[in-house]
Amino acid sequence: MGYNCVVLVKQVPDTKRITGQAMNDDGTVNRGALAAIFNPEDLNALELALEIRDEFGGKVTVMTMGLPAASDVLREALYRGADEAILITDRRCAASDTLATSYILSCAVKKLDYDIVLCGRQAIDGDTAQVGPQLAEKLGITQVTYVEEIQKLNGDGLVARRNMGNGRQEVKTTLPVLLTVVDTANEPRVAAAKRLMKYKDAMSPVEIAIAGGDDSSARQKALAEKGLLIKQWDLDDLDADLAWCGRDGSPTKVHRIMSVVLGGKESKSVEATQAGIDAMVHELIEEHTIG
Amino acid sequence: MIDVNTAGEVWVFAEQHEGKIADTPLELMSKGRELADKLGVKLAAVLLGDDVSPLAARLGHLGADKVYLAEHELLEHYQTNTYAKVIDGLIRRHKPQIVLYGATPCGRDLAPRIASSIKAGLTADCTDLQIGNHEVKKTGKVYENLLFQIRPAFGGNIIATIINYDRWPQMATVRDGVMPMPEPDTSRKAEVVKETVHLAAADLPLEILGQHMQARKVNLKASRVIVAGGAGVGSKDNFRLIYDLAHCLGAAPGATRAAVDLGFIDRDHQVGQTGTTVRPSLYIAVGISGAIQHQAGMSESKKIIAINNDPDAPIFDVAHYKIVGDLNEVAPMMIKSIKEKV
Repeated sequence: MGYNCVVLVKQVPDTKRITGQAMNDDGTVNRGALAAIFNPEDLNALELALEIRDEFGGKVTVMTMGLPAASDVLREALYRGADEAILITDRRCAASDTLATSYILSCAVKKLDYDIVLCGRQAIDGDTAQVGPQLAEKLGITQVTYVEEIQKLNGDGLVARRNMGNGRQEVKTTLPVLLTVVDTANEPRVAAAKRLMKYKDAMSPVEIAIAGGDDSSARQKALAEKGLLIKQWDLDDLDADLAWCGRDGSPTKVHRIMSVVLGGKESKSVEATQAGIDAMVHELIEEHTIG
Repeated sequence: MIDVNTAGEVWVFAEQHEGKIADTPLELMSKGRELADKLGVKLAAVLLGDDVSPLAARLGHLGADKVYLAEHELLEHYQTNTYAKVIDGLIRRHKPQIVLYGATPCGRDLAPRIASSIKAGLTADCTDLQIGNHEVKKTGKVYENLLFQIRPAFGGNIIATIINYDRWPQMATVRDGVMPMPEPDTSRKAEVVKETVHLAAADLPLEILGQHMQARKVNLKASRVIVAGGAGVGSKDNFRLIYDLAHCLGAAPGATRAAVDLGFIDRDHQVGQTGTTVRPSLYIAVGISGAIQHQAGMSESKKIIAINNDPDAPIFDVAHYKIVGDLNEVAPMMIKSIKEKV
């Protein structure tokens, strides 16, 4: 027997590598200038799914919700070994918070035959770690968060080790299950050259439409025949209740966004000499900061 | 979701393990008290476990007016499903307007599951909470006395204030170390409300086979003075300077993520967005360039000394004392100065 794994991935701005070019003159971040990358912990989730398939058989389906450009992370997943990729894209998904996102994803996952749903613990743009548990609840399945290793998989039984940051725990449960995966789980494999050559031309219908050209439906058909058409669903395909999607489906709203501006404290320069440092230490003792 | 209920209480989930309440919910009691007073409602702690009633008194000392006590043998060890099921039931029964959780590994596992089953909003990892009004621009309608859920986002580059005006309760997880621990007042007493719990073995989908918790080796949050080193310290051997300087000040050694990743020091010492948030009386940043993710965890320190050989290092933007120089020379001078004066 094999296991059908569904891996949920996200394309995110690379918030960890903010260089001078991505800063505005006022000290705030120019978000548009950040590179879009595969959310790091989603790569660990994908690797874990690929390892399960390689050992037990089955299928790895990768799914993302996002703009047409998010097809990039689906191609990346195909290069690394995923069997199928699905793009959920719809303007009506815009402004979804974690609750609306997990609802939309649950509608999509329910259309698939799955044993194990995997996602990264959290995405580096929001760092909320909420979509995994919320999706598990919507699917009505058990969640195991912070998974570092699958120690045993046998029939519908699974033993996993969790790394909670302040300790580790081994738990046993039965499938179906949703796992959120942490970065210590594995070293994700890189793209395979052969697969890269094969899937670099894979496209989603929305990308074909954006690219324009003579006959997009003919182009879709041609790609589909070669197995290079990325499956694409909108909210109608998912039979999603629009009241729970997008802005309307999101209980949380943004009241205000403030950019963090570095600087602005009163400061003294201290000479890097014994006399300079003595004076500073004296001041700190006088005001009872130390001593 | 529950209906908007402006008379609803403010709740704090009193996460406990092995009969000990975690630090973060204890810290939350002071903010919970402040919010409840502003709204003119009661502050309640929600305590789940098996035989945990002795903990209720302490929650009263720290500011709770009420403790909802749910005891059951299946609640002895935390599990997502059982805890979520019980708290979901309590929220539907008592309709609090605000429910707060520590952003601990357990709180971040539990709160989203509850938010999903109640279909309510949840904001993760807040660093501050306030009460305020919100006007919906389109309709001009003003919602008064909402919970402002304030959190860094986008790798710490923006601070977002999130609200939730129509599908209640308003829920948030709150980071550790960002709220001061309240002073206990032993004359305060909380009313204990015992809740009946209906759970069966089928509610426990996990079997916990083993557990190895590691107590943190260092308590950065409790330290008045922190001496932290960054990648600029250069090597694990040279990190000795950080320990020496910390030692003569009775300070805790801290580090940036870069220094931890380079193996200079254990991850327990990491300060910053992905580490611990600290607000000591004095923070000495040695060989730290001052990435925004690091600043997010230490910029609230009362006094900051920065030592760096790069005069343009961003850490100098938040420092009160700037020392441009070689840390290998400056740190020993500081040690000498401190030893002679103290």
